[in-house]
Amino acid sequence: MQIKESPTMYDAIIVGSGAGGGMSAKVLADAGLKIAVVEAGPFFDPADPEQMTQLKWPYESPRRGANTIRDFGEFDMAYGGWEIEGEPYTRQEGTKFDWYRSHMLGGRTNHWGRISLRFGPKDFKHKDIDGLGDNWPIGYEDVKPYYDKVDKLIGVFGTNEGLPNDPDGFFLPPPKPRLHELMYIKGARKSNIPVIPSRMSMLTKKINNDRGVCFYCGQCSRSCQVYADFSSGSCLIFPAQKSGGQVDLYVNSVVREVTTNDEGKATGVSYISKDDRKEYQLKGKVVVLAASACSSARILMNSKSKQHPNGLGNSSNVVGKYLHDSTGSSRAGFIPGLMNRKVYNEDGVGGMHVYTPWWLDNKNLDFPRGYHIEVWGGMRMPNYGFGFNPNEFNKFFNLPTGGYGENLRKDVKKYYGSVLGFGGRGEAVAREDNYCEIDPTTVDQFGIPVLRFNYKWSDFERNQARHMQSTFEELIHNMGGEVLGDTPSKEEDYGLLAPGRIIHEVGTTRMGDDPKKSVVNKFQQLHDVNNVFITDAGPFVSQGDKNCTWTILALSWRASDYIVEQLKQQNI
Amino acid sequence: MDRRKSIKSILLGTVAGGLVVHGCKPESASTEEIAALKSDENHFGRTPEEKELIEKLNSEQFFNEHELGTIAILSNLIMPPNDKFGGATDAGVPDFIEFMAKDVPKLQTDLRGGLMWLDHKSNTEFGAEFKSASVDQQKQILDSIAFYDSEIPMDEQPLEIQFFTLMRNLTLTGYYTSKIGIEELGYKGNMPNVWDGVPEDVLEQHGLAYDEEWLAKCVDQSKRGVIAEWDDEGNLLT
Repeated sequence: MQIKESPTMYDAIIVGSGAGGGMSAKVLADAGLKIAVVEAGPFFDPADPEQMTQLKWPYESPRRGANTIRDFGEFDMAYGGWEIEGEPYTRQEGTKFDWYRSHMLGGRTNHWGRISLRFGPKDFKHKDIDGLGDNWPIGYEDVKPYYDKVDKLIGVFGTNEGLPNDPDGFFLPPPKPRLHELMYIKGARKSNIPVIPSRMSMLTKKINNDRGVCFYCGQCSRSCQVYADFSSGSCLIFPAQKSGGQVDLYVNSVVREVTTNDEGKATGVSYISKDDRKEYQLKGKVVVLAASACSSARILMNSKSKQHPNGLGNSSNVVGKYLHDSTGSSRAGFIPGLMNRKVYNEDGVGGMHVYTPWWLDNKNLDFPRGYHIEVWGGMRMPNYGFGFNPNEFNKFFNLPTGGYGENLRKDVKKYYGSVLGFGGRGEAVAREDNYCEIDPTTVDQFGIPVLRFNYKWSDFERNQARHMQSTFEELIHNMGGEVLGDTPSKEEDYGLLAPGRIIHEVGTTRMGDDPKKSVVNKFQQLHDVNNVFITDAGPFVSQGDKNCTWTILALSWRASDYIVEQLKQQNI
Repeated sequence: MDRRKSIKSILLGTVAGGLVVHGCKPESASTEEIAALKSDENHFGRTPEEKELIEKLNSEQFFNEHELGTIAILSNLIMPPNDKFGGATDAGVPDFIEFMAKDVPKLQTDLRGGLMWLDHKSNTEFGAEFKSASVDQQKQILDSIAFYDSEIPMDEQPLEIQFFTLMRNLTLTGYYTSKIGIEELGYKGNMPNVWDGVPEDVLEQHGLAYDEEWLAKCVDQSKRGVIAEWDDEGNLLT
């Protein structure tokens, strides 16, 4: 089979259409460049009635929203999941990593939680504080102007609180707390745990004439048809196309490798079309990898040539190393004070209206990095699973559990909206010995060698999870509630979820000034090859106790500005 | 309130805060605004592969007629109709359980085996299969398997209790995800709205209140349609 070459010479080829790729596409197209965006999944527009799940009722589906096919329930807007048929990955024995992928235009931004937190000054220089991990080669002051621009372009609600490591920004006003959130605020105050309005990228107020305003259906995970939440397709790629940008979209196109010439410079990418299972090549002056931290690392490691025998950009042997996900541990409580609720529409935005940023000093604790607390609850739309063990909480009142008949109706109504849950999301220390690599024994259905993961938590993360659990229990007691389930034991890692489960994997192509110890420089340009850039979360040196998307966007914008400038100066 | 009119007004930000919350009808929606949200009742966002799977499952039959008849009787005992609302069969619960048994094959043996257990029990005690026994006899059997000890993990409980718990869970989830179940529950969402805080009487009922300081930071819903502008310090001007 001959590989088919496209005659077009692109200024830049962007691999991946999520947060990082979308932002690169927007910035490069707005600068007048001719670009290709190559996406492994199909085209997706949340406004397409055939693809839409927003405002659907559970009874429109025969499985009532069960998660048989989509991991987060069948109305969740991610095509993919922890396992994708024909696209395996493997794990080194005795280690854990679960890899979540979403193959569609916009990637995981179509379903993500929209929690949009800036990293603070300490997050870029945490080694200075505790001697662990590495500092970033850049600081908050380098990224701040881009965070500001992202806030204004995309829209995020929140409040300026003047906190030292949770910076202020250009916020839209937040929605008012709901009943369970008021209960949480009151409970947290008893333990001097701060609660502030959450910071999430939904439009509580108009930001431009192209996007609608949030209509409070609580379904951002389904992707918003009026574009009132941030998804990469609706907020970056479509606008890039509309503003006269020269954007060619290649969907259903799985990138195999970056192609290089005799000098070792990138010439473009090769990809397999899912439509005809043939291999194609695109030519470009610059290649921007934004396929997700692990996918971009995989592409680099699979791009072997005479000039790059260890894979592209991997003379340091650092590609794939320092993989780290946010830590996560969860707990829920039954709150008698939230029983017998009057029912009204409290869907709100999709997710929490309030949250707790990290509030303690790790100097006094047995783990070095912090976490924030997310909170959920309320009278939500029933979906598969609603009504399971409908009167389990009777046990707290010494009443019988189970039964049948008319009483169940009363129990369901009595307890509707009385559960409140917490998720702790924290920082793990990046380590060289947590990594992904190419598994030489396995290929996917496209003939591309797959990733093998090797990841273990340390006591830093386990101790942090133990602290989360004791905090959650304290909070639930403060609210007069009953903690559900047993306290997770040491053997259960104190409830610490397997790495990968929080879907914030970063660090596989880390940024640094020293080409021997890092993959990209501070503009996310490969040390080894000056016309390849990485704009997903691979370049993250550390994660902070924040979620990664807002920083992906800011850094992608910053790197893309640099690409435009370098192309203008004909340096690349 | 005309749902489509209000929807468009909400999207355009032309509804002042509170109007929708308090159920007033915005009369100003123009014909153009009635264009409303796109929706297609024939789709619920399936990919072509997902659609194919649903069609395949729908073309298969797992439970036989006797089993489906027993499921109907049993689910209606669990969630019977009353003078205001329908019961499990009115809500389509047997069809839902049939689908789930095919969608999640690991449920199959527990469900089918449990139904056989039920017939055996009924035959032994009353000389009739469960669905032909009298309601009193059926309830006698249920009384012995419907309650569980919440101190013991479910997978260590007797099989008949596990079976009944599974049936109760599927029946209730099928019921409350149906149109009549949602109506009975009174869930009011899944439609465009302008969230403007917890109603006063609810705050009172639960002994909670808003801080003035906090409220002052929150969105003024009368200005939701006004494009955001900030000063250089990030203070919202509009």
